[in-house]
Order: sequence, then C-alpha cells, then structure tokens
Amino acid sequence: MTQETKYTFKDFASDQEVRWCPGCDDYVILRSMQKALPEIGVKKEDVVFISGIGCSSRFPYYMDTYGMHGIHGRAAAIASGVKLANPKLSVWVITGDGDSLAIGGNHFIHVLRRNINLNMILFNNEIYGLTKGQFSPTSLIGQKTKTSPYGNTQPPFQPGELAIGAQARFFARIGGNTPKEMTQLFIDAEKFQGTSLVEVLQNCPIFNDGCFKDITDKAVRADKQIHLEHGKPMLFGKERDKGLVLNGLKLEVVTIGENGITESDLLVHDAKEPDPTLHSMLIRLEYPLATGIIRAVEELTFEAREEALTKEVSANSKFKKVDDLFFSGETYEVK
Amino acid sequence: MATTIKNPQPGVLEAVVIRFVGDSGDGMQLTGMQFTDTSAMFGNDVATFPNYPAEIRAPQGSLYGVSGFQVHIGSIEISTPGEDLDLLVCMNPAALKTNLSALKAGHTIIIDTDSFTKKNLEKALYASNPLEDGSLNNYRVIEVAMTSLTKESLKELQGLDNKSITRSKNMFALGMVYWMYDRDMNHTLDFFEKKFQKKPLIAEANSKVLKTGYFFAETLELIPNSFSISPSKMPKGTYRIINGNQATAWGFLAAAEKSGLELFLGSYPITPASDILHELVKHKHFGVKAFQAEDEIAGVTSAIGASFAGDFAITTTSGPGLALKGEAIGLAMILELPLVIVNVQRGGPSTGLPTKTEQSDLLQAMYGRNGESPLIVIAASTPADCFDWAYEAARLTLEHMTPVLLLTDGYIANGSEPWKIKSIKDMPPITHKQISGGDSEKWNVYDRDAVTLAREWAIPGTKGFEHRVGGLEKDKTTGNVSYVPENHEYMTNIRAEKVERVQNSIPDLKSDFNEEGDLLIVGWGGTFGSLHSAAKQLNEEGYKVGHAHFHYINPFPKNTEAIFSKFKKIIVCELNNGQLVSLLRMNFTNIEFSQYNKMQGLPFGASELVQKFKTLIK
Repeated sequence: MTQETKYTFKDFASDQEVRWCPGCDDYVILRSMQKALPEIGVKKEDVVFISGIGCSSRFPYYMDTYGMHGIHGRAAAIASGVKLANPKLSVWVITGDGDSLAIGGNHFIHVLRRNINLNMILFNNEIYGLTKGQFSPTSLIGQKTKTSPYGNTQPPFQPGELAIGAQARFFARIGGNTPKEMTQLFIDAEKFQGTSLVEVLQNCPIFNDGCFKDITDKAVRADKQIHLEHGKPMLFGKERDKGLVLNGLKLEVVTIGENGITESDLLVHDAKEPDPTLHSMLIRLEYPLATGIIRAVEELTFEAREEALTKEVSANSKFKKVDDLFFSGETYEVK
Repeated sequence: MATTIKNPQPGVLEAVVIRFVGDSGDGMQLTGMQFTDTSAMFGNDVATFPNYPAEIRAPQGSLYGVSGFQVHIGSIEISTPGEDLDLLVCMNPAALKTNLSALKAGHTIIIDTDSFTKKNLEKALYASNPLEDGSLNNYRVIEVAMTSLTKESLKELQGLDNKSITRSKNMFALGMVYWMYDRDMNHTLDFFEKKFQKKPLIAEANSKVLKTGYFFAETLELIPNSFSISPSKMPKGTYRIINGNQATAWGFLAAAEKSGLELFLGSYPITPASDILHELVKHKHFGVKAFQAEDEIAGVTSAIGASFAGDFAITTTSGPGLALKGEAIGLAMILELPLVIVNVQRGGPSTGLPTKTEQSDLLQAMYGRNGESPLIVIAASTPADCFDWAYEAARLTLEHMTPVLLLTDGYIANGSEPWKIKSIKDMPPITHKQISGGDSEKWNVYDRDAVTLAREWAIPGTKGFEHRVGGLEKDKTTGNVSYVPENHEYMTNIRAEKVERVQNSIPDLKSDFNEEGDLLIVGWGGTFGSLHSAAKQLNEEGYKVGHAHFHYINPFPKNTEAIFSKFKKIIVCELNNGQLVSLLRMNFTNIEFSQYNKMQGLPFGASELVQKFKTLIK
C-alpha cells in the first residue's frame, strides 16, 4: 500500500450522524471496524458492507465505503451475489440475532456451508431492538419481553453451535465492550479465506440492559471468560491460575496448583483442528465463556472452486463467442 | 383449423398434426422432439406442445400418468401446435382414453396392441376392450404388436436387459411415423450415436428398433401409401429448433456479450422455469455465473448483490417463486438497480398446475409488491421470440436502471419452433449506465438522466464514488436516508415516471391483418399463435378482423388507444380470469372491452376462438 492510501479510522466514517441509542455497544463495534480497516490495508473503494434489517443493520450508512442496507434476513444472500460478481472485493455482512437466526436463518446456514470468502458480524443482543423489545431466537428461557410477558418459552439457539452445524470454518466470539480484542478479531476474520463469523455479545441498554454483564463487565471478565488463542494453553482467571482439561466427554475447570495440576496438564487450543467436536464443546461452555477465535479451518472457498472450474471449462470449450454457440450443432439452411 | 387439410387420402398435405401419447415413462417427449427436429431439418415449419403430468413416474398405465407430445408440421406458416389430430400414436389404453376426443372421425390411430391387457384396460377404466367392442369403428386403426415386435427385433442383440428392450418400443412407433410422412431417419440415428456414445449397445438397439418400425410400416399392407409434406416457404437463412426456455437463456447470453457485462443468474429450481437455469449453468466459458441458491429469495437477492457489484443480473422463476421474491424486487426497484426477473407462468394459485400453462400472474407482476413499486413489464409470445424479449428486457433494465419483469409461460417455454438464428452483430446495441471514474465531487448517487430519469451505476471498486444505498426512502439527490414528506412523494412519483418514460423508447402497438374493422382481437404473451391463427381464418372467410398483441404491458405503447378506437368491437382473450382486460379498462375508460377467458391449463384452440369471435361480429 502506498503512503497516500494509508488510512486512519476517520477515513472510514461517513458524513451521516450515527443514530443508535446512547450507550449501545453498536458504537464500540463501529469504531472497532473503522480501526480495523486501516490495519487490514484494503482500499476504501474495494470494501462493501451489506446489512439486513434491525438496529445493527444501520451500520453501512455510517461507513464511508460502498454499502447496502438490504431487507430483513437477506444480507448474507445479497453479499454472496456481491462477492461472486467481484471476488476481489472485501465483503462484510452486518446482521443481528433476529436478522440472521430467525427470518434469515436459511441464508445464514447456506453461506456458511458454501464457504464464500466474506465476513459476517453477528450483533447478538438476545432481543429485537428496532421493533421495540420482542424475544429473539437467542433470548433465554424465562426472559420477559414484550411478546413473552410471563417469560420466554422458546429455547434459544447458540449461534456458534448452529454455525458449526452448518460447517462454519471460522467462528469467533467477543464481548461488546472490548474494542481492542474486537478490532483484532475483525482483522483476523478478513485475513481468513472463507466465511468468517464473528459473534459480538452486544448489550442493548434499552430493551435488554445488562444481559451479558455477568460475563463481560470489566470486574468479572477475566474470571468469567477464557480468551482463546491458537496454540496456547486454555488458561484464564485474574490470577491466570485456572484452566480447562478434558474429563471424559466434558470440559472441566481446574486450578493450577490444586490436585497436582500444572499448566502442562491443560488443553492447548487448536483452532485449526478440522474435527469440530472440541470447538462445539467450547462454544457450549457456560463457565468460563469462550471468546476469541474458536475455530479457523481453511478450506477452498466456493468462489475459488468456481473460478477453477470456469478456467477448466473455458479452456476446453469450443465456444468463445455466443455466435459460436448459436450456430453450433443441429442447424439447417432454408434456401 | 382452416389451414390444415383433413384429407386421409394419400397425397401432398399442407400441414399435419400428430400426437404421441403413452405412459410418462414411455419416452413420448423424446419421440416427439425427434420427429420435430427431423421435420424442421427437412424444411417444414413446426410448432410443438408437450403436455405431461407433474409426477415424474406416475403409476404405470394410469389415466393421470399419460404424457403427450403434439407436433404440427407444415409447408405453410405454422403458428400453433394445432388442434384436430391427423394421427394419434397411442402406446396404452390410458393414453387412448384421454386423447381420443382430439381425433376426428376418419383419421388414423396407431396402437400398440400388446399394452391392451386386462390389467391396463382396468387401469384406464375401460369396461370392455375398445379394440374389440367397435368403439373405434369411426377411425382408421392401425393395430401393431409393438412391444413383441420390438422384443423380436432385438432378440439377437446379446447383453440387453428386458427393461431396455421394452423401453425402445417408442422408436418402433417413431420409425413407422417416419415412413408414413417420408422423413429421413439419419438425424435420429446420429442422435443415438451421440447420446449413447458410452452405451453402444443401447444406441444399436434403438437404431435397430427405429429401422424395424420404418421397414415394418413400409411392408405392412395396412398402411396404403406414404404421405408427404413439402418443405415450407420460410425466409432464407440458418435455422435451428429452439424452445422458449432455451431462447430466453440465449437472449440473455447475447445481451451480456453485447453490453460487455458479465451475466449473473441467481435462481432456485421451479417448474417450468428450471430449464433456463439448466441452460445457463452450461456456459461458464462465457463468464456466466449461474448460482443455484438456497431458495427463491436468495435467488433474487444474490442477483441484487451481483447487480450492485456491476454484473448484468437476472433471476428466473415461476408464479409461486415470484410471490416469494416480491419484497426483494421492491428493494431492487427503490435502489434503482438493473435486474431482470423472468416469470415462466404456470397454472395457479398456490402450487396450482405446475406443468400446465396459464397467464394468471399478470397482476402479480404489475402489483405484487408492497408500496408504490412499478416495474417495466413485458411478455414474450412465441418459443423463438423469447430470445428477442429476453434481449429487450436486458436493454430496458440496463438503459433505464429499473427492474424489468419478463413474462413467458409454460406453453411457449416448453414448446419449440424454428428460430432463424440471429448473429450478435445484427442485434441492436445495449448501452449501460456504469461509470468508470471521473470527478466524484460533483456526483450524486441519485442524479438522473434528463431524458430517461435513469441514475448512474457506480460500482464497488470505483475510487471516489463510495456510497450507500438501501431500502429506506432516500433523499432525491444524495441517496441518504430521508423521512421528509415532500421528498417521499417526489421519489414515489419520479420512480413511476421513470417507468412511464419507457414509452419513448418502445415501438408502437400494431394491429395485424387490418388497422380498422369490425373486431379487434387483443391478447398478450403466449396466446399469440392461437389468436393469430383465428384472426387469419376469419379474414380468409371475409371478416374484417384485426389482431393486436401486447408485448409491452407496463408501460403500454403510446398509440394503444388510437389502435383501439379504429374497431367497432374489441375482445381481450386471456388464459386467466381477465387480468389484462382489467388493466385496459382502468387505463382506457372510454373504450368498451369484451373478454374471453379460459383456465384449463391448456392453450386456446383456434376453432373455439373463431366460434366465439363470430358470435360478436354477426
């Protein structure tokens, strides 16, 4: 990249006034993205943000790149078209738990299955915000909302589990109040060749305030979260004295120094392991909550497969122009 | 039909209608298609009508499992697959029962007698055997033990299983018909060689059975003489046989090459539109990106994404799929991006009649979206002109930057006819609105062309033109979100006016046969052939009748009212409950319209139309 295209985060801010509620984690996500893009080094004109409907989906309006605010649930499908039309673009899907896991569930699983090289940022606030407070597919059992005044009776999806079921190659999770780590995850997601899904645990201060506070608050974060890094032991805690081991078919929290446990007994995180079993267990784990890149297994992307096939077919084809096709085969002359 | 000479005596015929009918596994479609291709290569004009059940293999011998293929060949202009059959080729009792009514007394039936077993007769709900009870006395029946003769002819061919042997009996029938109508077998023999390149035994078996049927007919005393149909007088040129779906696909290929854009198709399989997808997936060598999506909505939304990124994007579907795509089409409309939506109409509502034809999606095409969401709506009218209308849909969407909905239907999509091949160099130019750069400072997303009101198409990758678009109402210039009341009204009106202004770039409506007279026959889409034939017949009989056929429905051609005003009476004929006629009544309040409607999943017959029209003129 040349000097003149060295951007700062300001270059990615559009002239539109940001209209999210004060205190919303969406601001953190926006700023983290604006900081990640200069680091990634992609040209501004090559970046496209596609969103669906919901609070999160206003995001493209605030980025000074190409962008489209689509329709409810369809961002992944629109973005697939953008990427297939021009694979050189850096394509980002901005979506929420309602947008992607309810109305857009079909596109969510199929984009992951195909492994198109785009990045999806899933703003999970376990509620419908823009429609003012109905339960979403990630709302908890018992959660009281506008449409569950006596408590929600529909069991929630775990987005990462659903993603792995759909053959996701890249899944990461991060708290909505940790911009530095989030910025890094966005950079890693873009570098990954294939569909990258980043779930952000995003607090909605109006309709579901504090839903993640027991995990994400600064005071408890180190003890309640395990921030995974590929190749590093699964270690967490303020004192860095806790870790994870495998006990039978379950993950178990252990304390270093107790019962003769040393750091070398802990599991070492392997995000690149194709077998998703351990990744699924980490996704389901409630204490500590796993954040960071849980899974990153590179595989040929859909568009790379298509490109190779197109090259092969073109090389072997006798049709260079449509006239070659139209006048080929069984034609006859009328004289 | 007046143009078909119903002479069962040997001699030179102007036109002949043949229908092959059998079980859905009997290979009737292939048999019919082979006869069509061979006749076209001989120089006949042809039109076909495949009619098959929605079930892939319905229970053998059942009435609802009957599959048919009708072909009309002639030395004169052929515009429909014909009505009264000259020859019915019948592979089983169920096929006889469901098709006999189309055969006029005195005409010929070829019957495979081996299939007239007690069991098959029961399945066809025959109380007695029609071959024995005298019920076919009025017809010329040619009874042939086709299955046994096929088995006999193949008994020396080692290694063939029973199923493959009996399955080739359709070629016995085809061989007989080839001899009767003096057709050359070579085209079909070559076809076997190519199709069964890796199964030479099957190729040999089919060839052998075809020839056996041919020679059987030649030596059989039951068939007195060969008929012959001379080549027709069609304009000079290179031709091929094409069906409507293939022509549609090829029209888009031509448009992509002419415009210099890459073609993107987002689609989901649906009868009877899937063949367009099947055709386009073959053409990666032209840079075609044919994407089979997870559902109808992803089909259209992926196309919208591709259009945003600069491809010439289309989506193909049939009625139920169009319903699912509605919201997204509204998005493309408010974004003002180019997009062609093809709806190959079928019988509705809901799942309706998937394999049968109907024109009942016109109002859905016009209004099937939320909000004020007008589209350009055009319709193809014959199998071969699907090529031209796909091309025209591309031209309109790329020049006017608003979605175009192209209507075809199951009848023309599956029907075939000769297509005088068009070279890309003879096609009209297509200009698009993409900008490759320039001064972005003075540029606004929703700046418009003064004449067409089309905006410019700045695509990702173009430096300095970064912008956001979306489904929310947008400011008339910048495209930023705007809730200003006056702005919304302005934008609603300008999007409508943009579609209206398309009137300036389309040709006038014309009335065939007469520009004034006693009756104007009005139609649109795939009914062209039937209406044209009926109008022709009436004029030959001395009536003063015109035929105006709509290809442009939104907007209507400028001179529409002028054409209407020259006729004493107007009848609007549609395969629906009166959808075009409602639009006409709404737009031309001074004019009185009669209507003729049919909703049987079948095309109009020219004779039913003639009968109806005569009641209006006298």
